Amino acid sequence: MSNKAIICQDLTKQFGAFKAVDHISFEVEQGEIFGFLGANGAGKTTAMRMLCGLSFPTSGKATVAGFDVYHQQEKIKANIGYMSQKFSLYENLTVTENIEFYGGVYGLSRTEIKKRGGDMIDMLGLSQSAKKLVGELPLGWKQKLSFSVAIFHRPKIVFLDEPTGGVDPLTRRQFWDLIYSAAADGITVFVTTHYMDEAEYCNRISIMVDGRVEALDTPTQLKHSFQAQTMDEVFYQLARRAQRTAD
Amino acid sequence: MKQLLAFIRKEFHHVFRDKRTLLILFGLPVVQILLFGFALSSEVKNIGIAVLDNAQDNNSRQLTDRLQTNSYFLVKPAIHSYPEIEERFKKGEIKCALVFPADFSADMERSGKAQVQVIADASDPNTATIAVNYISGMVNSYLQQTRPAPHLNYQILPQLRLLYNEEQNGSLNFVPGVIALIFMIVCTALTSVSVVREKEMGTMEVLLVSPFSPIMVLVAKAIPYLVLSIINFILIILLSVYLLDVQVRGNFLLLFGESVLFIITCLALGLLISNLTNSQQTAMLISMMGMMLPTLLFTGFLFPIENMPIPLQVISRIVPSRYYYIIIKAVMLKGLDFSYIWKETLVLACMSVGLLGIALAKFKTRLS
Repeated sequence: MSNKAIICQDLTKQFGAFKAVDHISFEVEQGEIFGFLGANGAGKTTAMRMLCGLSFPTSGKATVAGFDVYHQQEKIKANIGYMSQKFSLYENLTVTENIEFYGGVYGLSRTEIKKRGGDMIDMLGLSQSAKKLVGELPLGWKQKLSFSVAIFHRPKIVFLDEPTGGVDPLTRRQFWDLIYSAAADGITVFVTTHYMDEAEYCNRISIMVDGRVEALDTPTQLKHSFQAQTMDEVFYQLARRAQRTAD
Repeated sequence: MKQLLAFIRKEFHHVFRDKRTLLILFGLPVVQILLFGFALSSEVKNIGIAVLDNAQDNNSRQLTDRLQTNSYFLVKPAIHSYPEIEERFKKGEIKCALVFPADFSADMERSGKAQVQVIADASDPNTATIAVNYISGMVNSYLQQTRPAPHLNYQILPQLRLLYNEEQNGSLNFVPGVIALIFMIVCTALTSVSVVREKEMGTMEVLLVSPFSPIMVLVAKAIPYLVLSIINFILIILLSVYLLDVQVRGNFLLLFGESVLFIITCLALGLLISNLTNSQQTAMLISMMGMMLPTLLFTGFLFPIENMPIPLQVISRIVPSRYYYIIIKAVMLKGLDFSYIWKETLVLACMSVGLLGIALAKFKTRLS
C-alpha cells in the first residue's frame, strides 16, 4: 500500500460528449488538508463522487486509501467518511440516535459507540441537546455534528462536499478547528469549498476549471505564481478562463 | 448483522416519531373495519313500506301484522287512496307499497285465488327486487300456514341452506376484502415513501457512500413495516371476531402465514415503487391512488370478477390482492386447508420474489 491517501491519474468522467471531468491527475498525502476548488459546474462533485465509489470513472486510474476505484469500491467505502452538500443527518432522530445509527452502519460495537459518542457529544458541547431531535438544532451545530459523525468511525480519509454552505463566519471558523483536529489525528481531509478564506486554511489546493485541474499548490505558492494578493484573485484569474456556464 | 440491526432500529425510530405514518398504519384499518362493519352495509333492512288496505278484512290485517314484525320492513302509516301512493313515493317516504283489493278475502274463499299488488321504487333496482322477493315469500308462507293445500298430494318445497354463512352476516363478505384492501394500500404506501424520503433528504447519498449493500437497505426498510403490519393484522382479526362476529373457521396459523406472505408481496411492491420514483409525493400518489382503484375493482369483493369482460379478467390476474382474497375467504370463512389454496399461495410467492428482484435491480447504488 502506498503512503499517499489519494492518487489520481488522468481520471475522466464523460456523460455522452460532455467531459465533466477531463483527465485530472493529482496526489494527496496522508494527513493533508486538500482543498478542491472550482466554480459551479467545474466538475468538483463529479470527481469527488468517483473517488467515493458513488460512480465509475469513464477512464483513467485512481486509488483511494490504497484501493482501486474500479474494483475495490466496497473497501474504499469502509475506509472513508463523507459529508454531503445536503445536510445528511436524520432530522427526526435525536443526536444520540443519529450517532448510534451511523456507528452501527460502519460496524462499530455498541459499547464503542456509547463511549466514543459520549466523548464526541461532550467535545461538541452538545450534552444538553443529546436527546433533542437533530431538526431542532441550529444549522451551525448541525454541520459540526454532521462532520463529527462523518469521522466517527475513524476513516483514513474524509470527503467534505461544501461543508460550510450557509454558515456564519464564526461557526465556519469553529468548523475548521474541527477539521484541523481531525487532520492532527492523521485523517486526510479532502474538502470542496466556495469560500476563498477557507482555501487559505488548506495545506494544498487544486483549482478546477472546465473539468481540468488548472492549478495545484500551496496557497502561498499559488498567490506567488499568479502574482496575486489574495486567493480570491487567483480564483478569478482562473475562473475567467472558463468556457462552460455554471448550471 | 450489526449494521442491519442498527438500520432496523433507526427505521423504527422514524416510524414511531412520525405520527402521520402511525395514523395511516393503525387508524385507517380501524376506521375501515368500523365503517364497513356498521355504516356501510349491503344488506337491505328497514325498507319503508305502506299499505293501502281496501279490504280491511281478517286476511289483509294478518298480512299487515306480519309485515310489522318483519325486521326488513319499516311500516309507515297506512295509505288511504291510490293517488296517495304516488305522493308518498315522491316524498321518498316509502320504497314499497302493498295494495289489497276490496274483495281480497272473498276472492280467496270463492276461487282460491286472490291478488295483492306490490309496488316498488325501482330507481334502486336492488332494493326493489329484494323487497318484492321478501313480500312474495311472506305471502307464500302465510298461505301455507293458514291453508295447507289438501288437494295437492305432491309438493316440492325447496329447503334453503346458505353454506359458510348461515346467519347471512353481511360482515363475512367484506372483512376479507377490507383486510386485502388495507394491506395493499397501507403496506405499499408506507414502504414506498420510506426509501424515497432518504433520497429527498439527501441521506441516501451518505448511505451509498457507506459500506452498505442494497439488499440490506431494502430488508431494513421492509422489516419494521412487516412487524407493524403483522400487529395490524392481529388487530383487524380481533376487531372482526369480537366486534363483527366473523369467526376464523380455518387454521389460524395458516391464515397468519398466508397473510405474512401477502404483506411481503405488498412491501416488495412498495419498495419497487420507491426505487422508481424520486419524490415522496409521486410515490404516495402511485401507491395510494394507483393501487386503490385496481384493488377495489379487481379483488373481487365489490364486483364479481367472473362477470367482467375478458380483458378486465386478465388484468385482475396481476393484482396480488385478488389471490389473497381467495385465500383468506377459503381459510377464514370456509375453513379449508392448504391443499385448496396452494395455487394462489404459489402465485403470491412468485410475485413477491419477482417484485423484490426487480426492486433490487432498480436500486441505484451509484449516482450519475
